[in-house]
Amino acid sequence: MKKLLSIKNIIISLLLLLGVWQFIYTLTDFSDALFPSPLQAFGALAEMVSNGILFTHIGASMYRFAVGYVSSVIIAVLLGLVLGRLPKVFQYINPAVQLLRPISPMAWMPFIVLWFGIGNIPAIVIIFISAFFPVLLSTVSAVNSIDPIYMKVSKSFGIKQPQIMWKVIFPAVFPQIANSIHLALGTAWVFLVAGEMTGTQSGLGYLVIDARNNLRADILFADIIVIGLIGLILDSLLKTAEKQILKAWGGAD
Amino acid sequence: MYIEIENAGKAFFQNGREFTAFTDVSLSIEKGEFICLLGPSGCGKSTLLNAMAGFAPVTSGSIKIDGKEVKEPSVKNVTIFQNYGLLPWRTVQKNVELGLESQKIPKDERRKIADKYIEMVGLSDFKKSHPRQLSGGMQQRVSIARALAVNPDIIFMDEPFGALDAITRMKLQDDILSISRKEKKTIILVTHDIEEAVFLADRIVIMTANPGKIKNILTVPLRSHRERTAGDFLQVRDKVFELFNMKHEENIEYII
Ligand SMILES: Nc1ncnc2c1ncn2[C@@H]1O[C@H](COP(=O)(O)OP(=O)(O)O)[C@@H](O)[C@H]1O
Ligand SMILES: [Mg+2]
Repeated sequence: MKKLLSIKNIIISLLLLLGVWQFIYTLTDFSDALFPSPLQAFGALAEMVSNGILFTHIGASMYRFAVGYVSSVIIAVLLGLVLGRLPKVFQYINPAVQLLRPISPMAWMPFIVLWFGIGNIPAIVIIFISAFFPVLLSTVSAVNSIDPIYMKVSKSFGIKQPQIMWKVIFPAVFPQIANSIHLALGTAWVFLVAGEMTGTQSGLGYLVIDARNNLRADILFADIIVIGLIGLILDSLLKTAEKQILKAWGGAD
Repeated sequence: MYIEIENAGKAFFQNGREFTAFTDVSLSIEKGEFICLLGPSGCGKSTLLNAMAGFAPVTSGSIKIDGKEVKEPSVKNVTIFQNYGLLPWRTVQKNVELGLESQKIPKDERRKIADKYIEMVGLSDFKKSHPRQLSGGMQQRVSIARALAVNPDIIFMDEPFGALDAITRMKLQDDILSISRKEKKTIILVTHDIEEAVFLADRIVIMTANPGKIKNILTVPLRSHRERTAGDFLQVRDKVFELFNMKHEENIEYII
């Protein structure tokens, strides 16, 4: 029942958005090449679905996203677990991290293209960077604030490294880092599109540039809709996974 | 002697200042004894227990168990904490198996041992539950089962029933007393509850604060079956009150 209600809310909300779009379209007199109607955009969407172009681009984007995001989260969590246990080391690393963190990953783009050439790598690196720092920092701080009783219990029962890491520390901090892993998904998705606007010849981000170059505002809008939809789906998939995992964890705090 | 504490002291250094948590503590404990460390909060009970358990060794004097100086926690001894220290992401069953996992005991064997102790603490119907689904008293039972499962020589307990309501606390005191008789473990229990100490202990180590030290060691002249309302029990309790100078002889009106 709750689920049905939320589906109803989503449908109403999306209809409202389409309404606003149609309203602006009828009210203003941009040419259709500059501002297409919802109908024209859905026409372009249907066109790209039927000739299969859309799925090629989605496939390319999803591949880069999966590689960049998953590797970033895994490395950030592992590094965070280790650095969290080594505060003496982390105090020398933290200032550098704080310096690098506020830099938009896009600022590195020229270097990335120069170093790695064009293709999949630039977008993957951009996604990697965008997810990396938030997950790293939240993991370190979660490990730092771990309840000391867990360490005492581990010692009392003779649990040593490395078991203590995956048997006790990781599960103990997981509920706290799950949230940052979730937030990083959204950030990484935002930067996927940016990352694909240069250095590639495929993907949903490339499609933005391609549509602009061909003066196809309808394709551009269709692309934007797809980007939004996939972002929404990824987010809700992760939300569901997060809930399931936290349930297995014995319920969230 | 099994546990030998000689002139032990513990000082903390904070902001360049030295603070003495306890000093001049000497105490000998025999195997199988039930010892209660009793005293007001801040008298160094937990610090002394932590030193005996090896979490934070003493800074002067020595603590020896079985002839060996205590430097770090030993797998032969386990500690039960006031806030249980259960791993919330593990079921009751998996929590009880925790200590067995590092002993390279095969899976089936672990299950059997865990089942035995879960049954002993009366939680067989909750094996698959997570700690959060249990009451405080039940959680502490899980942690008792987890401690017993590794068949320790010594069980250290730091105010294990301090967070429980009075009735649950008495129920658990009954259980721990009967378990201690059955399993013949050496148990060192920290408490600030006089009745608890009188109910459980073979000997009560009475501590005072500023600086923490032993004021008295009282052998409890009661048998293994104890009644909280029996005359001899109340006599011992009165004696402890007296030792704390908390018994007022003057005009106190009793309305019963
Ligand atoms: N790690 C520590 N650093 C500094 N002081 C401490 C530390 N642990 C305990 N103390 C101090 O030592 C004294 C005794 O503490 P504790 O052993 O916990 O007392 P109790 O368990 O009897 O209430 C307290 O005054 C406490 O503030
Ligand atoms: Mg204490």
